[in-house]
Amino acid sequence: MAENGTNGTNGHGYVGTRTIRPDGVDKVTGRARFGADFNLPGQLIGRVLRSPHPHARIVKIDTSRAEALPGVKAVITRDDFADQSSEFIPAGEMMMNYKDVVRNVMAREKALYEGHAVAAVAATSAIIARKALKLIDVTYEVLPHVIDVVEAMKPGAPVLHDDLFTVGVEPKPDKPSNIAKRIEITLGDVEAGFKKADVVVEREFKTAPVHQGYIEPHAALASVSEDGSTELWCCTQGHFIVRAHCARLLGLDIAKVRVTASEIGGGFGGKTVVYLEPLAIALSRKAKRPVKMVMSREEVFKASGPTSGAVVKVKMGATKDGKFVAGYAELKYQAGAFQGSPVQPGVFCAYAPYDIENVKVTGYDVVSNRPKVAAYRAPGAPISEFAVESVVDEIAKKLGLDPIDLRMMNAAREGTKAAYGPKFGPIGLEETLNSIKKTEHWNTPLRKWQGRGVASGFWFNIGGETCASLTINEDGTVSLMAGTPDIGGLRAALTNVVADELGIPYDKVRPIIGDTGSLGFTFLTGGSRSAFSGSMAIVEAAKQIKAELCARACKLWEAKPDQVEFKDGAVRPLGGLAEKVKPMTIADFAKVAGKTGGPIGGYGRINAQGAGPSLGTHLVDLEVDPETGRVTILRYTVAQDAGKALHPAYVEGQFQGGAVQGIGWALNEEYVYGADGKLQNAGFLDYRMPVASDVPMIDAILVEVANPKHPYGVRGVGETPIVPPLGAIANAMENATGIRFTELPMSPPKVLKALKERGATTR
Amino acid sequence: MARVVLIGNLAQLTGGVAEFRISATSVKHLFQQLAELHPAIGPHLEEGVAVAIDGQIYQDALFQPIAPESEVFILPQIAGGAASPLPTGPGRNPLRALDGL
Repeated sequence: MAENGTNGTNGHGYVGTRTIRPDGVDKVTGRARFGADFNLPGQLIGRVLRSPHPHARIVKIDTSRAEALPGVKAVITRDDFADQSSEFIPAGEMMMNYKDVVRNVMAREKALYEGHAVAAVAATSAIIARKALKLIDVTYEVLPHVIDVVEAMKPGAPVLHDDLFTVGVEPKPDKPSNIAKRIEITLGDVEAGFKKADVVVEREFKTAPVHQGYIEPHAALASVSEDGSTELWCCTQGHFIVRAHCARLLGLDIAKVRVTASEIGGGFGGKTVVYLEPLAIALSRKAKRPVKMVMSREEVFKASGPTSGAVVKVKMGATKDGKFVAGYAELKYQAGAFQGSPVQPGVFCAYAPYDIENVKVTGYDVVSNRPKVAAYRAPGAPISEFAVESVVDEIAKKLGLDPIDLRMMNAAREGTKAAYGPKFGPIGLEETLNSIKKTEHWNTPLRKWQGRGVASGFWFNIGGETCASLTINEDGTVSLMAGTPDIGGLRAALTNVVADELGIPYDKVRPIIGDTGSLGFTFLTGGSRSAFSGSMAIVEAAKQIKAELCARACKLWEAKPDQVEFKDGAVRPLGGLAEKVKPMTIADFAKVAGKTGGPIGGYGRINAQGAGPSLGTHLVDLEVDPETGRVTILRYTVAQDAGKALHPAYVEGQFQGGAVQGIGWALNEEYVYGADGKLQNAGFLDYRMPVASDVPMIDAILVEVANPKHPYGVRGVGETPIVPPLGAIANAMENATGIRFTELPMSPPKVLKALKERGATTR
Repeated sequence: MARVVLIGNLAQLTGGVAEFRISATSVKHLFQQLAELHPAIGPHLEEGVAVAIDGQIYQDALFQPIAPESEVFILPQIAGGAASPLPTGPGRNPLRALDGL
């Protein structure tokens, strides 16, 4: 009978190989369609009017002059969106409230950040749309603003929401503030732990808010028919989530909304929320014509979610032998205009890489007049782990210990109790540390003004609701349909699994990403889940196909179930039956599908559980120019536990991409605000992200400690690689300059200032 | 009976009690019993939490078995780069959908 859906059924062994990406040709020829590439006959162009003020009450919006402009077909404001009740819904590491969501897509009582949407128009051309925006008269009552997280927490700070009372403190406050939430986790007795310590290091760190920096701006094309049927094409990490949000915000039945995800030019968490999508639908519904909207880069920076800026205090204690005995941290994270920063995972992850008996971490979720933060690759973790990894390195120095040995001595391993509660199953931190220590990189000598740093990092990973279908076509080829947008190589990874599960050649499988009408609800691409959970859904779908083929073979051969098996792409007769009939391949079944019961397919519908955490260790060499403060990354090596790499090239790509994003976060990237609360660097010329010429080839070491809960041993890999770079680079900077940098980014002006204070600015 | 520990702020909803001994055979039973003991925590369990059973984290898994000697931690949901809300709402709350079962 059919086997149980593991990789023992094939003769090809594609899993773990570097197969050619199915989307490659379209990407290199320009044929691939990204969000802004979709067009419909008769479409209008939508544009958004955005608040010029970081904080202002909206007294009045008069759209009459804009509506009178020839070519303008629709204008929408807050009046076009029904208010939503205050109802918290699960949002992963945070709760989210549709009352806030509706106010974020279109300001209601107040504009809460520069760039906050206030109105939108649809017109027959972009020029007319822009003119129309200038004809919308908005009367503002400008209010005092606050940007910085510490300033926002102070008594007397401008309060963004009159109904925001801090949760998690006793007694419950009787006055509103910008502190939405206080959270705390404890393990053991941290004060008693510090008493056992021979060395204690305490530091305060500050990180700047940074943007995900995806190359492709947000884009959406909506078409609403007269009966309310709605079609939407957009670049998103989760079109089922977009459908849910839009249906909720616009009062639509989910079945009437069909969303198709375009190819996506980066997301990194930032495309898990809606901005333009509900506006495009609302405009199309009003204009009765398709409406296309594309953000400018300036809008992306000013109005889409970056991640938090933060202040983090860390205090760690260790014995003279190097055993960590206590860890304390206090995290203050910006949430932007509405509550919901990633402080919760920041709290959980801070000490997750280590086995420490006594831990206490508190966190504060703080609103301020900035765009509402969105997820950004391991949200919250890079910030808190940067602080801890910096202090770990200082402890190593104080004790005269090798920083890798110190981490090895304290590494979390199977059975270690995490500060956030459960004990770890098999995890691979030790293996990554060992891998790094064995590299030639680790032992290469450095020159003056060069430094080497190491840091480790942790991320949970998730599973979740996932659908995937497999259809046997008439010629025996297979169509694979997945429901999560392919951001990091999903189609290639899943095709490897399909080919192995069904025992057919890789190029006989064609993967696509199905729209929301094609599959059941599938959670978005995020949490490093898509390859993990998608491959589990495929195993389930393939299991159904193999069972069906065996059942049909039994009928054709008049055999019993125990006389057949599926192996190497065919149903094979067993025992004496093998002398009477020949094996039937999938292609053979495809030819007679109609005569034997109809089309053959499998449909995996699961809520994937068993995601295994992924841990990694990064090693970086850099050089500081003492005359300019510029830092050059000389060499970089990533070692990370992937569980099992379904497609090693893509896994390495995730390692490399995460490292480069982390390099930008550490060295250059930051939102710069003026005293007026306005963003001063809303473009890639002034918001400095690393480009290919800024970084060396990132060496990637695949560590594979199998996740026992996955049929192939897979762990999510996409997020962990952005966690260690911040600490690794700060540690390398300390080794290069003798200065402990505690504030990100370590940009040339800050580095030069620090060097001057030390009197060390010449080679 | 399983040892059940509340992580983070959840204990504020149970009068400060963070650890329980509960005889529950599944996550669904566990949530029901906790909500009966401490009604204030009920809505939060409904809204969505993660449950770690003997070290393995489960999310939205009401039927996941719990053994008598299991160690169970209840903690906020974890989403990662998916800090976007699940499309809950009327009719999609898993516990409410199971009312009466």
